[in-house]
Amino acid sequence: MIRIEPREAPSRLLTLGVPVVSAILALALAAIPLALAGADVFAAYGFMAKGVFGSVFAFTEMLTRASPLIFTGLAATLAFRAKLWNIGGEGQFYLGAMAAVAVGTGWVEAPPIVMIPFILLIGAAAGGIGMAVPTYLKTRFGADEVVTTLLLNFIILIFLQMMLQGPLKDPMGMGWPQSAPIIDQGVLPQLLPRMRIHAGLILALGLAVIAHIALSRTVWGFKLRAVGENAAAALHAGIGVKRTLMGVAMVSGALAGLAGVSEVAGLKGYLTNDLSPGYGYTGIVVAMLAGLSPLGVVVSALFIASVFVGADTMSRAMGVSSYLADLVVSMSLLCVLIGGFVARYKFTRVTREAT
Amino acid sequence: MTENTVLALNGLSKRFGSVVANDAVNLTLKRGEVLALLGENGAGKTTLMNMLFGHYLPDTGSVDVADGHGRLRPLTLGHPQAALAAGIGMVHQHFALAENLTALDNILLGGESLLSWRQNRRAARTKVQGIIERSGLAAPLDEPVGNLSVGERQRVEILKALYHDARILVLDEPTAVLTPQEADTLFENIGAMTRDGLSVIFISHKLREVLAFSHRIAVLRHGKKVGEIATAEADEQIIARMMVGADTEVAPHPAMETGAPVLQMTSLRVRGSNARTSLNGVDLTVHAHEIVGIAGVSGNGQTALAQVVSGLVAPDGGDIRIEDAPIRHFTPPAMLKAGVGRIPEDRNHDGIIGAMSVAENLIIERLDAPEVSAKGFLRQAEIRNHAKTLCTEYDVRGPGVDAPARLLSGGNVQKLILARVFEAAPRLILANQPTRGLDLGATNEVGRRLLEARAKGSGVLLISEDLDEILALSDRVVVIHDGQLIEANTKDRAQIGLMMAGEHA
Amino acid sequence: MDILQILLTDSFWAAALRIATPLIFGVLGALICEKAGVLNLGIEGIFAAGAMAGWLAVYLGAGLWGGLLVAALTGAFFGLLHAILTVPLGLSQHVSGLGITLFATSVSYFTYRTALPDVSSPPRIIPFQPLDIPVLSDLPFIGPVLFQQTAMTWLALALVALVWWVLERTPLGMAIRAVGDNPDAVDAQGLSVYALRMGAVVAGSALMALGGAFLTMSAFDAFFFGMVNGRGWICIALVIFASWRPGKALLGALLFGAFDAFQVRMQTEVGAFVPSQVFLMIPYVLSIIALVLVARRAEYPRALLKPWFKGQR
Repeated sequence: MIRIEPREAPSRLLTLGVPVVSAILALALAAIPLALAGADVFAAYGFMAKGVFGSVFAFTEMLTRASPLIFTGLAATLAFRAKLWNIGGEGQFYLGAMAAVAVGTGWVEAPPIVMIPFILLIGAAAGGIGMAVPTYLKTRFGADEVVTTLLLNFIILIFLQMMLQGPLKDPMGMGWPQSAPIIDQGVLPQLLPRMRIHAGLILALGLAVIAHIALSRTVWGFKLRAVGENAAAALHAGIGVKRTLMGVAMVSGALAGLAGVSEVAGLKGYLTNDLSPGYGYTGIVVAMLAGLSPLGVVVSALFIASVFVGADTMSRAMGVSSYLADLVVSMSLLCVLIGGFVARYKFTRVTREAT
Repeated sequence: MTENTVLALNGLSKRFGSVVANDAVNLTLKRGEVLALLGENGAGKTTLMNMLFGHYLPDTGSVDVADGHGRLRPLTLGHPQAALAAGIGMVHQHFALAENLTALDNILLGGESLLSWRQNRRAARTKVQGIIERSGLAAPLDEPVGNLSVGERQRVEILKALYHDARILVLDEPTAVLTPQEADTLFENIGAMTRDGLSVIFISHKLREVLAFSHRIAVLRHGKKVGEIATAEADEQIIARMMVGADTEVAPHPAMETGAPVLQMTSLRVRGSNARTSLNGVDLTVHAHEIVGIAGVSGNGQTALAQVVSGLVAPDGGDIRIEDAPIRHFTPPAMLKAGVGRIPEDRNHDGIIGAMSVAENLIIERLDAPEVSAKGFLRQAEIRNHAKTLCTEYDVRGPGVDAPARLLSGGNVQKLILARVFEAAPRLILANQPTRGLDLGATNEVGRRLLEARAKGSGVLLISEDLDEILALSDRVVVIHDGQLIEANTKDRAQIGLMMAGEHA
Repeated sequence: MDILQILLTDSFWAAALRIATPLIFGVLGALICEKAGVLNLGIEGIFAAGAMAGWLAVYLGAGLWGGLLVAALTGAFFGLLHAILTVPLGLSQHVSGLGITLFATSVSYFTYRTALPDVSSPPRIIPFQPLDIPVLSDLPFIGPVLFQQTAMTWLALALVALVWWVLERTPLGMAIRAVGDNPDAVDAQGLSVYALRMGAVVAGSALMALGGAFLTMSAFDAFFFGMVNGRGWICIALVIFASWRPGKALLGALLFGAFDAFQVRMQTEVGAFVPSQVFLMIPYVLSIIALVLVARRAEYPRALLKPWFKGQR
């Protein structure tokens, strides 16, 4: 029989190793659906690698894809560390994008030095409010935030369609449900000529560092962790649990909102209702794969972005559905969950044991 | 081994990691006998019984149980089902009852095939009622267990064991939650059942009831059986010496001149959802240099009293003054600021954050203090150094100040909390069940620290279900019953017991 | 046509019951899982998997009932995965459930795309037809509402009664309810906490998949991406609204179906003045409002979300 006992403290090697092994394992497991789809498995992996590392352009495309995932990954990380289940990243993403478009398409004009921070701030505020509402419903009425944030995603998406056919519709858009473009002063600067990579990545990286410092070195981060690890003890010790949760909600929603601003003002220039291929939900996988560490989020976002970009290339070349990427992403989440279990427990072979 | 031995434990040992919970324990039980298993907290009583019942698998040793014909047969270990089938019933300290099912459904649970399309409630009810008539264990069968009192729940547990044809009944600290009078009734019922041939093992650390109701006493210490004696030949001194290895040491407790009041409650009312969380107009004063012990059976309003003083619940009426300053905001920070130090009842649930480090747990009540944080940033180096000093001073032993607090043992968790509370030099200390589940060393340490705080001029409000602890530490005893406080004006155990049962002596 | 007239038409009530059917399956499935103490957020993905698997089986030549069996087995498979992760391994039910939703959804989409790579418009099957029961179907009002539904609606209604009976009247139901309230009570009687919880999650997930299958095999005749559209999450909200009672769950699903059918009809009435999206939002908004209203009074199964490990008392 195998005896399973909790490990006293998982080693550093295990904490870092488990996500890496899980990611690799999920990638390897993709061979099964590839083979079932009748594709040449090795060629498929080759195309995936080429799609990420094949050229400078390919690599910058991966980085461009990683930027929104860092934002939404950070959003999930901070919320989950406080045991606030923000599953509404997708909705908050669009709230941020809508707010950016609402103020950034000509309603106000200012030089970039003012205009860009203004748009970012408004988008962040919109996302923050988007999470503050369900969190208020949780702290005030006890309504489960998992369900409310999930449902809000659908409400916001429908609201987006309404806006794109109404107030936010581009009068020059020839009837397409899309917004007018962000004015030039509001567009995030490009990082490299002729590449799509933009300043949103720099902002995302900066916020990851700030989130790391805030979490580990500030009173705010202390309270956040305390509430997440043991809300009853935090309350007993005099920490305002509800207030802390509201604060975390605003910051988490703001980060997801910034993902929307970054995509609309940095990449696309205008808003459509398919701006996000599920960045909000994928952010949860990014966060879990990062072991809920803000710096880890950067690494796991790069991995997930590589999977998406690589699978796109592979799909175009070999005709295998690009849903393979979603499959790998979801498998990496399940793998890291199981891996986390393995890391927390010791498995010893014993001769006589009940458990 | 005689003809009517019904149970024999042969050399049972169990270790958890590096801790030896039981070391080669032998024990026998005869038909119709009441055996008391006595020992300090952590002596290994519960582990031993959990092995008997199949919850734990022993590392070594075996168990023999008499079958229906009185022949001893080896028991398959590690399977509760085998223990049940062999006629062993266990009543845990924490009742294993589903609160959303009725008493009858709880009794029936596991007694019928899970594949049958309906329950046979009628036949079951007849059998249960027969057992109730013979034993006197009355309980409302059709109420959801969630609506039953603690005493009723315990009777449901025993009925459940008897319904499943238990011939051996194990009771784990059955009187911990009962008044002395309720406990007497329980033992009368047990007496009636043993005359029918039932054999009983009851676990306890209360000398009085062990001497009054058992036939034989076995004493465990540090996982080993250190003595066994017929009750008729035993007295308190003999068993106490067996339990602790020497004569019980009473902490020095010199009388002290009390000072000004630090806590004054007048007609304080809390309307809770049940008796546990309600107070019906209580007056209470605690002075400086004074320990006031609140004695009572659990569930009589201690929770409400502790919650108000901790700032977790606002009273519905009456007022509180700390050092003559009225309290208006009932929040934990307000209470901390007023000078109240709180030692919570459930130290792992409310006292520490297990995943955070020892150092972090030491500062959690004063995050805004200048030595802890500056401009919103934690002063990490100072926090660590300070934690090291405190851990030395309060003898908190563990893998270091950076290790998560959950790695500390129960006694060290409590020392961590003591360090945090006493460091703030509180005017009033609320100590709620401060020694529950601690070993003797840690228990003495808690007592010593409380007396030291008293000497320094704090007032202490000590809430405990352990009357011995209250009598040993308190300057004054107040009894809590049904949300009301009664000044005991005595240290006589019998009189206090009557008051705890609600009969004004 | 005013509001009252809408409420009096048989087509309105028939639509309400039709809209409610997949929710009834989903709510029952979620209820069984949660009664045993396990939240199953895999529901949204299991809906998609059931919809795809059932449809594909029929498309590939299995009969309609064979398709339902395939759907149920698919749901049971994903349920088993969730059960393994959350019961013996005791991992976060929230995260595992979301993982199952992502996994089941992507498996379904990938399979559909791989099985049918070259179709431009979704291929169709012949779905369940309304049962035409002599005499009963011709009754005024009641006929069209009740007796012109497909067999799946009847199956859903029958399952409500079955689930109620099992949970309230059988030893198995007692054990499931007990394991969601206090696993120690079940363990102390020698029953297996793991087996009961895992069994409940597997069975509940099979029911959820039937809810998905209704979409492709009764309501529509083809599979679309994104067709589940939050129905799973709505079921999770409805279970709380129903206080974990099968009867109330049926009522909740019917109310929901009625509101949804009503908003569609209102849309044609006032669509000229109010954007259609306002009506599309209503079901989700209603779910949130229902949740807020009952949240404080809801009596959650006491052991919901709490992992239990053998030998740790």
